[in-house]
Amino acid sequence: MAKRIEAVDLDAYYGGFRAIEGVTLTIEPKSITALIGPSGCGKSTFLRTINRMHEVLPGARVTGQLLLDDEDVYGPGVDPVGVRRAIGMVFQRPNPFPTMSIYDNVVAGLRLNGVKKKGDLDDAAEQSLRSANLWNEVKDRLGKPGAGLSGGQQQRLCIARAVAVEPQVLLMDEPCSALDPISTLAIEDLMTELKDRYTIIIVTHNMQQAARVSDRTGFFTIDGPGTPGRLVEIDETPKIFSNPSEKRTEDYITGRFG
Amino acid sequence: MPDLTAPRADAAAGADTASAAYGGGGAPLLPGSSAGDLPRTASASGQRRGDRVFRSLSLGAGLLLLGVIVAIGVFLVYRALPALRDNTGSFLTDVGWDPNATPPAFGIVALAFGTVLSSVLALAMAFPVAMGVALFISHYAPRRFAGPLGYVVDLLAAVPSVVYGLWGIFFLNDRIKGLSAFLHDHLGFVPLFRADGIYGRSILLASVVLAIMILPIIASLSREVFLQVPAANQEAALALGATRWEMIRMAVLPFGKPGVIGATMLGLGRALGETIAVALVLSPAFLVSFHVLEPGKGNTIAANIALQFGEATATGRGALIASGLVLFAITLVVNVIARAVIYRRRDFAGGSA
Amino acid sequence: MTTAAPTLRRGTLPLLAVAAVAACALLVTVLLFALTPLAGVPGLVLVAATIFLAAQTALARRIEGSRRAKDRFVTALVSLAFLLALVPLFSVLGYTVQEGAARFDVEFFTRSLRSIGARDAGGGGYHAIIGTVEQVAITTLMSVPIGLLVAVYIVEYGRGRLAATIRFFVDVMTGIPSIVAGLFVLSFWILGLRQGFSGFAAGLALSVLMLPIIVRSSEEMLKLVPDSLREASFALGIPRWKTILRIVLPTALPGIVTGIMLAVARVTGETAPVLLTAFGAASINNSPFSGPQSSLPLMVFQQAGDAQETAVNRAWTAALTLILVVMVLNLLARLLTRRSRIGRQGSR
Repeated sequence: MAKRIEAVDLDAYYGGFRAIEGVTLTIEPKSITALIGPSGCGKSTFLRTINRMHEVLPGARVTGQLLLDDEDVYGPGVDPVGVRRAIGMVFQRPNPFPTMSIYDNVVAGLRLNGVKKKGDLDDAAEQSLRSANLWNEVKDRLGKPGAGLSGGQQQRLCIARAVAVEPQVLLMDEPCSALDPISTLAIEDLMTELKDRYTIIIVTHNMQQAARVSDRTGFFTIDGPGTPGRLVEIDETPKIFSNPSEKRTEDYITGRFG
Repeated sequence: MPDLTAPRADAAAGADTASAAYGGGGAPLLPGSSAGDLPRTASASGQRRGDRVFRSLSLGAGLLLLGVIVAIGVFLVYRALPALRDNTGSFLTDVGWDPNATPPAFGIVALAFGTVLSSVLALAMAFPVAMGVALFISHYAPRRFAGPLGYVVDLLAAVPSVVYGLWGIFFLNDRIKGLSAFLHDHLGFVPLFRADGIYGRSILLASVVLAIMILPIIASLSREVFLQVPAANQEAALALGATRWEMIRMAVLPFGKPGVIGATMLGLGRALGETIAVALVLSPAFLVSFHVLEPGKGNTIAANIALQFGEATATGRGALIASGLVLFAITLVVNVIARAVIYRRRDFAGGSA
Repeated sequence: MTTAAPTLRRGTLPLLAVAAVAACALLVTVLLFALTPLAGVPGLVLVAATIFLAAQTALARRIEGSRRAKDRFVTALVSLAFLLALVPLFSVLGYTVQEGAARFDVEFFTRSLRSIGARDAGGGGYHAIIGTVEQVAITTLMSVPIGLLVAVYIVEYGRGRLAATIRFFVDVMTGIPSIVAGLFVLSFWILGLRQGFSGFAAGLALSVLMLPIIVRSSEEMLKLVPDSLREASFALGIPRWKTILRIVLPTALPGIVTGIMLAVARVTGETAPVLLTAFGAASINNSPFSGPQSSLPLMVFQQAGDAQETAVNRAWTAALTLILVVMVLNLLARLLTRRSRIGRQGSR
């Protein structure tokens, strides 16, 4: 069910401030795309425009087109709630619902969609936790609070929660920045496994991570403080890290800037 | 990631913001012994005396405050005892209230019953509206209006209770009469709505006035709690494809529950102790009755004190003080529980932040 | 759930449709009220709102699905709750102005109720205003220094169990019913020490109510003073108490003053404790230390109890005066908070 994403001349604003400008790119289904760039370059903002989470913040808005298999996510009559159902998201910090058990966290999205049968929920919970490589660690304590898990486990719980509703795209906003190296590795392995089923886009500060996991890499940057972020280039990951077309990308990759 | 709640934290409001409580403003900045390590100057001992005096003064003020709470209990008991000794009835089980008669006979039952009944009714009316108001301000109204709208609701709490009482008898009473007749005619099978055709100045009127008075208390504390719900939890729900209401049910209400319970208890405490508004609107009687639409079917402890104080004999005053002691005890328990709930929640919020 | 989601598009209820539903609901209700014995504006609004809620939910359910219908329903309900909460506020304020205006005259502010019976016209609240001013002044003079000291103890000196206990009981004390504060001073000062009713006794009772409010608001403000200021002062060798008096308190002053104003507004409106301790009087008593005194809220209570139109009119004017004082204090406090907040941000 993975879908292709296409952005056409996309701008995003916070009130009067334009955070990203003129982003145009295509992301193929069943691939991992990494977005890299210095802090404040708009890569996270772009990620949040894909599932219309950007507009949750007061004063935030988007212009341009964002196509999900040729259907504009910002088109007339499109319900942002439906968009977010179709596009799952994992956040920078693990954010399981603190008052819910592990099980309830995983099936939260299914319950929203009206799945009520215990058997269906149980199956989905097990399947999602297995996809997130968490099943063996938590199968004996599904009723315990999700907040009691370690940071890495919590993040995998959040991934399980996101994939439980079988989204078409999975967005990950620096999913490993709050985790230790071992947990990070576990999540990276998981991403490679999930790639067979989902279109994955990951924002990361960590260039090694981008190089390790992604098929394609996009580089965002800003010209200076207060200017909007732009997509400089997007290409096959090996090419970006060995022989980028743009000088600015090369400067960033080699550590001469940012 | 921008924090959804950041621009709206309002430390000046009565609610306890977890950040203020755990901001560490009160943390010891220097170890207590450090003053002794500093090189002594000629005035050092004078300065240390100054510190000691100031510290003792502030500690004394704190102890005075604790003393006042203890003294309230002690003096009420001391003044109530003679009247309770002269009481020919049973204070804890009698319904009637005749402390000015000879021999005096009085019991707290009718008063305590009316106090609890009117407060519980008030809470039942105020709570849903207060939740609506709190959610409207925290999650529905455009963000830039949230502050002013919250202030407008807080103004409800600024109106003195005697003014609510005055408005209650001269404005609201007629309207409640109409409502009472309607309730009796159409829902008369509900025991609460039984009546003999005379309405007004009833427990219902008192409860509506009390509900209006506690509404801003519950609403503003709950609003503060709802505003403190971490943005991460709310975004998690939205990203799963939750509608606004589903997000509130998944992330906001569970997080806010302890705070809302605390706020509700505080509102209840306020309703239990409210005096003048009830004294003005209620037509009192010493009865245990669920007839909330009719006049002369109940009374409350606080209102009774205000109404009877002027004509009370020495024993009568003692009896009123005894009833006040009961009220003090009830509200103290309610308030201690409310605060304990709020404090626990703050520990939880502080610990996970 | 594995079925394909072919489109993101959903049926959406246009704003125009919502407006049309609202108009229809109102129309139906008006017709209903015209043709049946139903009557009254509140009833009409209630019925119209119910019809609107039901119709909108039903329509949204058909077009948008049950989840969005529920969301719409709650949105409407929550907005209605907010509007409902505003009704009593404007009703109380409007009605008080309307009824209080009749006697809002020079005589009211220059005369007392001395030898004015309930049926007599004229008379005023001068004695009550004097009483309120004196009682509130006494209360403020007692509560502010003590309250500030307690706040200083909690924030600057207190640690461990004792400070936590004091803090907890300050909060509990804010919940003590005002009538209990009055009974306390009655038992202790008037019956115990045989001091008689007086404005000062009322001040004592009101202090029991004001003290915790002052402590809480000052405490919040002292906590907002950045630690770096204290550290800078200590580093200069300035002792703690001088640091508190010269650095911490002045920095927190605007916030503390705001808190004091709100506390003053709160106790100005208190009736029950004044009734039990100052008892009330019809004549002017300039001395708060001897003899019964009245106050504005107490005058409202006692005049309203007389059930004569002349007396009730005076009660309304006293209520209007009281509301004006309380609202002005609240608004000033609000303005002061805003200014000091801007100032604080500017200095950062």
